[in-house]
Amino acid sequence: MDILNALVAFLNFVFVPGLAYGAQLALGALGATLIYGILRFSNFAHGDTMAFGTMVVILFTWGLQSLGISFGPLPTALLALPLGIAVTAVLLLATDRVVYRYYRRVKAPPVILVMVSLGVMFIMNGVTRFIIGVEDIGFADGARFIITAGEFKTMTGLQEGLAIKATQGVTLGVAVIAVAALFWFLQKTRTGKSMRAFADNEDLALLSGINPDRVVAVTWILAAALATTAGTLYGLDKSFKAFTYFQLLLPIFAAAIVGGLGSPLGAIAGGFVIAFSEVTVTYAWKKVVGYLAAEGNAPEGLLQLMSTDYKFAVSFAILIIVLLFMPTGLFKGKSA
Amino acid sequence: MSGAQMTQAETPSGIGRTLLLFGAVALLFVLTGIFQSWNLALNILNMALISSIMALGVNMQWGYAGLFSVGTMGFVALGGLAVVLISAEPVPGAWALGGPGIVAGLALGAAAIAVAIFAYRHLPKGKLRGFAVAGILIAGFFAYRAVFDPSVLAVETNDPATAGNLGGLGLPSLLAWPAGGLLAAAAAWAIGKTALGLRSDYLAIATLGIAEIIIAVLKNEDWLARGVKNVISLPRPVPYEVDMQKSASFLDWANRYGFDPTTTSSIIVKLCYAGLFVVVLLAIIWLSEAALKSPWGRMMRAIRDNEVAAEAMGKDVTRRHLQVFILGSAVIGIAGAMMTTMDSQLTPGTYQPLRFTFLIWVMVIVGGSGNNWGSVLGGFLIWWLWVMVEPIGLWLMNVITYGMGDGWLKSHLLESAAHMRLLTMGLVLLLVLRFSPRGLMPEK
Repeated sequence: MDILNALVAFLNFVFVPGLAYGAQLALGALGATLIYGILRFSNFAHGDTMAFGTMVVILFTWGLQSLGISFGPLPTALLALPLGIAVTAVLLLATDRVVYRYYRRVKAPPVILVMVSLGVMFIMNGVTRFIIGVEDIGFADGARFIITAGEFKTMTGLQEGLAIKATQGVTLGVAVIAVAALFWFLQKTRTGKSMRAFADNEDLALLSGINPDRVVAVTWILAAALATTAGTLYGLDKSFKAFTYFQLLLPIFAAAIVGGLGSPLGAIAGGFVIAFSEVTVTYAWKKVVGYLAAEGNAPEGLLQLMSTDYKFAVSFAILIIVLLFMPTGLFKGKSA
Repeated sequence: MSGAQMTQAETPSGIGRTLLLFGAVALLFVLTGIFQSWNLALNILNMALISSIMALGVNMQWGYAGLFSVGTMGFVALGGLAVVLISAEPVPGAWALGGPGIVAGLALGAAAIAVAIFAYRHLPKGKLRGFAVAGILIAGFFAYRAVFDPSVLAVETNDPATAGNLGGLGLPSLLAWPAGGLLAAAAAWAIGKTALGLRSDYLAIATLGIAEIIIAVLKNEDWLARGVKNVISLPRPVPYEVDMQKSASFLDWANRYGFDPTTTSSIIVKLCYAGLFVVVLLAIIWLSEAALKSPWGRMMRAIRDNEVAAEAMGKDVTRRHLQVFILGSAVIGIAGAMMTTMDSQLTPGTYQPLRFTFLIWVMVIVGGSGNNWGSVLGGFLIWWLWVMVEPIGLWLMNVITYGMGDGWLKSHLLESAAHMRLLTMGLVLLLVLRFSPRGLMPEK
């Protein structure tokens, strides 16, 4: 029995990666859930909005790097992030003006809006590929580790090392700031309050003089900010590839639905539920159990419940279970 | 522009408009044949026929019943899997090594799920039920892994360089097409049973996930169809070019008319496929038109247009939805099997949702959802566009960059022409949804 080493192995391979991934999913799901709550449709273009925003951030990062500007130990992409958000927000506002506004005017059913978002998805995907291509792009710079496995071992004298990547730390830091800012905005400002009123009861909100165009515009700007931030953090932590971002759509929607569509708090909880389930189910537990088992009693197999390639199946299974047994999600979102 | 105005203008010239549209699309293919090559035109035509059948399947789900399922890619892939299981050559010894174990493992897993569902239905509500269901599922999972894993290992280590899978039955490849439909239908039953009660966007997200899972299974379960190692040289229902070029009577015939034997043989092979595909397409259209005009078809449309009213009339909406979901999926599965047979290979890595789900949806919407001929038209038009946009885009880029000096921007623009496809498809979809939401050939 070696509880400490088992704990460190668990933290290193399950908890820390799950935390970072969960934060990225939570930010993505927040954007999707905001659009659902206020514009009342599932935006299939959200994954590609993330890809587009990240692409803009990468382009600005390259620009800054060529000017010799860096952010010390932090990735330069963080400096480029506000610029990326601004460009993405302009794109989303323009899309709304050219595409979505008409369907709001004619009060099209949500399923038509979903289809329209498919068209937007195609175009955004095409634009992203057109500008930056389809290759894997790594754009993380600055310090690589907050603490490396070797440093941790010499510090504690344990057999197992705990490595925390700088990008994981950055992810958590940025996510906390973004979520805090979002909640402050929704709870305390006048615009945020009118957005919540609009989400709760559109007719009543209109009756009390809330300007719907303004609410919609602010929603798109927030969605752009959240999507770009989520995409950039994911890209820093792993790497940027247009197609991967499209595939993130499933875990993101799973997170939003598990939490309850339309509920910001639910989106955050959902993001972590999905992320930790994915990592737990696809991690090979041999090492952790090996430390916990009695001497000479270590397990033979990998103790992996499912291969990593089935991570979609995990978010999907959770999605189905929640939908069947708790259709409004953990935090009572909208169901009809 | 109201719908009533449009129908009024169309009713007298409905047939004329249909012929005009099909004539225009036919012209596109003829022009491709004349200006590029007949080989290419036939290539596009064959894939367009298959795409049309997929579009018919999606049209059943969306156009007839209003089900927003975006799992098309999964059923296409299942059809392809059926081709491997039915028509590929058997792998010697593989079945004896692990076949029974794999089947027993899968049966155990299915039994565990069935017992869990039974327990859920029959135990009183409460903590006991939750623990019992979870316990059955967990025990079932470990039992399944214990039986399944060793057999899979045995099969996969059997000659991994060329086989490593269970192998097929070696039956004629035409049999694989209905089998593909059956396999897709069986999967659709299981999916429909769980997901069809959900509202529209949840169903969309759930089916999107199922399609990804089906592809993940095909990629990773090497014992099934060799995963990403691909299964190649699947048998054909039509003659091989090489055999034709060796046959004296064929060479004689080609010489008499002054044809080049190589090109001619490949054109004949493609024509044979086209003939087979046309037969399948017409059969499916005939059946679905008959179904649409029958009381069943009217009921489906009534359910689509007003679910609550149909339910109040005593129609079992969920059951009908399940029925039409299975039928549509089966049609997609048949098309998927046809495609794999034509390609002679199953390559799970090439299944992409943009190509096999969303493109098919664009076909249905552009053609006119609810109208079978519209789906066929959409299939032909959009597939032609999908293939030709790349050369057209390249040509366009060449024109744009004509005056530019050689440099970074010029080469980037020329390289990026390949990505014009998605852009064009998105644009077509948005324009149709906005300005002609009922499609080129609206439902009558």
